[in-house]
Amino acid sequence: MTTRLDTRFAALAQEGRAGLVTYVMAGDPDRETARAILKGLPAAGADVIEFGMPFTDPMADGPSIQAAGLRALGGGQTLAKTLEDIAWFRKDDPATPIVLMGYYNPIYIYGVDRFLIDAKAAGIDGLIVVDLPPEEDAELCIPALKAGLNFIRLATPTTDDKRLPTVLGNTSGFVYYVSITGITGAATPDFGKTAEAVARIKRHTALPVAVGFGVKNAEHASAVARGADAVVVGSALVEALKGSLDGEGKATARSVSAVTDLVASIAAGVRHARKAAE
Amino acid sequence: MNAPVKPNSFRSGPDENGRFGIYGGRFVAETLMPNILELEKAYNEARNDPAYLADMANHQTHFIGRPSPLYFAERLTEHLGGAKIYLKREELNHTGSHKVNNVLGQILLARRMGKKRIIAETGAGQHGVATATLCARFGLECIVYMGAVDVARQAPNVFRMKMLGATVVPVQSGAKTLKDAMNEALRDWVTNVETTFYCIGTVAGPHPYPSMVRDFQSIIGNETREQLQAQEGRLPDSLIACVGGGSNAIGLFHPFLDDPSVAMYGVEAAGHGLDKLHAASISGGRPGVLHGNRTYLLMDADGQIQEGHSISAGLDYPGIGPEHAWLNDIGRVTYLSATDDEALEGFQLLSKVEGIIPALECAHAIAKIAELAPKLPKDHLMVMNLSGRGDKDVPQVAEILGTKL
Ligand SMILES: Cc1ncc(COP(=O)(O)O)c(C=O)c1O
Repeated sequence: MTTRLDTRFAALAQEGRAGLVTYVMAGDPDRETARAILKGLPAAGADVIEFGMPFTDPMADGPSIQAAGLRALGGGQTLAKTLEDIAWFRKDDPATPIVLMGYYNPIYIYGVDRFLIDAKAAGIDGLIVVDLPPEEDAELCIPALKAGLNFIRLATPTTDDKRLPTVLGNTSGFVYYVSITGITGAATPDFGKTAEAVARIKRHTALPVAVGFGVKNAEHASAVARGADAVVVGSALVEALKGSLDGEGKATARSVSAVTDLVASIAAGVRHARKAAE
Repeated sequence: MNAPVKPNSFRSGPDENGRFGIYGGRFVAETLMPNILELEKAYNEARNDPAYLADMANHQTHFIGRPSPLYFAERLTEHLGGAKIYLKREELNHTGSHKVNNVLGQILLARRMGKKRIIAETGAGQHGVATATLCARFGLECIVYMGAVDVARQAPNVFRMKMLGATVVPVQSGAKTLKDAMNEALRDWVTNVETTFYCIGTVAGPHPYPSMVRDFQSIIGNETREQLQAQEGRLPDSLIACVGGGSNAIGLFHPFLDDPSVAMYGVEAAGHGLDKLHAASISGGRPGVLHGNRTYLLMDADGQIQEGHSISAGLDYPGIGPEHAWLNDIGRVTYLSATDDEALEGFQLLSKVEGIIPALECAHAIAKIAELAPKLPKDHLMVMNLSGRGDKDVPQVAEILGTKL
């Protein structure tokens, strides 16, 4: 079965460039603004969208994404609304792959079977669930694959050659290489080293490898794009959005463009990377 | 949900995946997985290594001061007029609570694994103090995450940790209590996974923590069995302990789980009441996934975690250890709850009739003894885990009772 993710990564390979994966949080700072941002991402240069499902206790996220989740929850965002937001986006954009990213508990409480049916119907292509390692595949990964969704796994610097096959086993769509041992939005890694790590992963899989954690601007993105199939940017977008909010944390006229402008600049960095290297 | 099948033994869990029935597991970020597997392997080796066990026994005797007495609470028994009540005196341990039993085991394990940086989360500060103490004893770096609210209400323990050379990091996220301290400790661990040992303070977190911490705390129940045999020549009829994450309770219960005549009561914190703000995960929550395991949690309809509330900083965690969740579902242990006000009464009762100021945590169990004991016959032997001493709570209780210190 070919999914939107497969199609998109195949097209990127044809074009001979790396893709840009953008992460934004559903419902941040309010549902309408988050929808407008979502809608604006493809035109700004996003090739794949990761849509964050807010959670009270994001144990692998830094302060930016924690705060974004709490803003969204404060505004009344729920998992059901997040699914509706994607269905709304899909009406006008049948092509851009969307991956939901977050933690397991809200899905578990929604009910795994019901969630998979609703996610598929909404036009979601894949899932990244941070606190579901391969050891817990029976929970959601296997049912998701059966439902025709991709299940994208994180590989980290602590995932050695011995463990990689376990991590890659049920992974589909792409592999997300986390370039640091750490939480989102923390240190800026040595991007020179990521190409090596990507090459190591590619010895174990034919899947595209996206690299993220610590990418903050076009220059970083360009550096990563030279050695990866895609670049993931998240905390920087969430921070840009936060920077546009008013004193009470409410969206302003600048909020949508604060994110899409940064995406456009990073997309340019990604697109120039391989050409510059040649 | 189908009723879980009753096992042949209640003491054989967890399975190889860290499950007690549907509870437990390893719900952590991939960054931590290799470490958790390494920890499990190291622990399985250590527990079968006579040198490790001898080192632990030696420190239990000479550093912690074990065995802790099993004390017949004569005046409390008279006062309540029913069951014969024994107190397992864990508050007499070095550092003043049962927490040190677990920390000793983990710190000796960290040493074996060559980890020199220790992190911990703490609520009441008892686990933080115990961790800081053993880090001082062995010359290890110690960082303790503590919710900013708890830093304020447990000031004596914060100072103790600092005296012991630990760095106390006040956590400003969320409700600034134990749950948030645990999030922050996990974030530290994800970041410093190669060098750092995470010393979890209760029977929660990803496998192998719930069973490892239980094993370290089981010395409480093992000693109780021997001591009561010596004093009364038989098994207890009931056991009772307060339950935050559940480490002192499981430590007392576990060695008796396969003795069907022994009834067991865990007491959760009902805060302002079960229909208001509380921290009673079993009585007022439902199964979900947080901090590496599936267990009963306080949450809203969308699966967002709610804050626990209790007068006692050591009990206001919105979850409970997975083994307790399972013991509840199969009906082996009965879970009750006590409100803030009831705990305050228990606190004062034990102080006045026994000359022992208990920690607010175990004051919850005293409150339930005051309800249960009078209805039981005089030959009913009831053992309560007196998990900690109340010195740390004296400033807070004084304030609540309107006394200026
Ligand atoms: C004295 C005392 N008892 C009980 C607890 C609750 O923890 P647990 O349920 O793991 O025993 C604490 C926690 O801080 C404590 O300090």
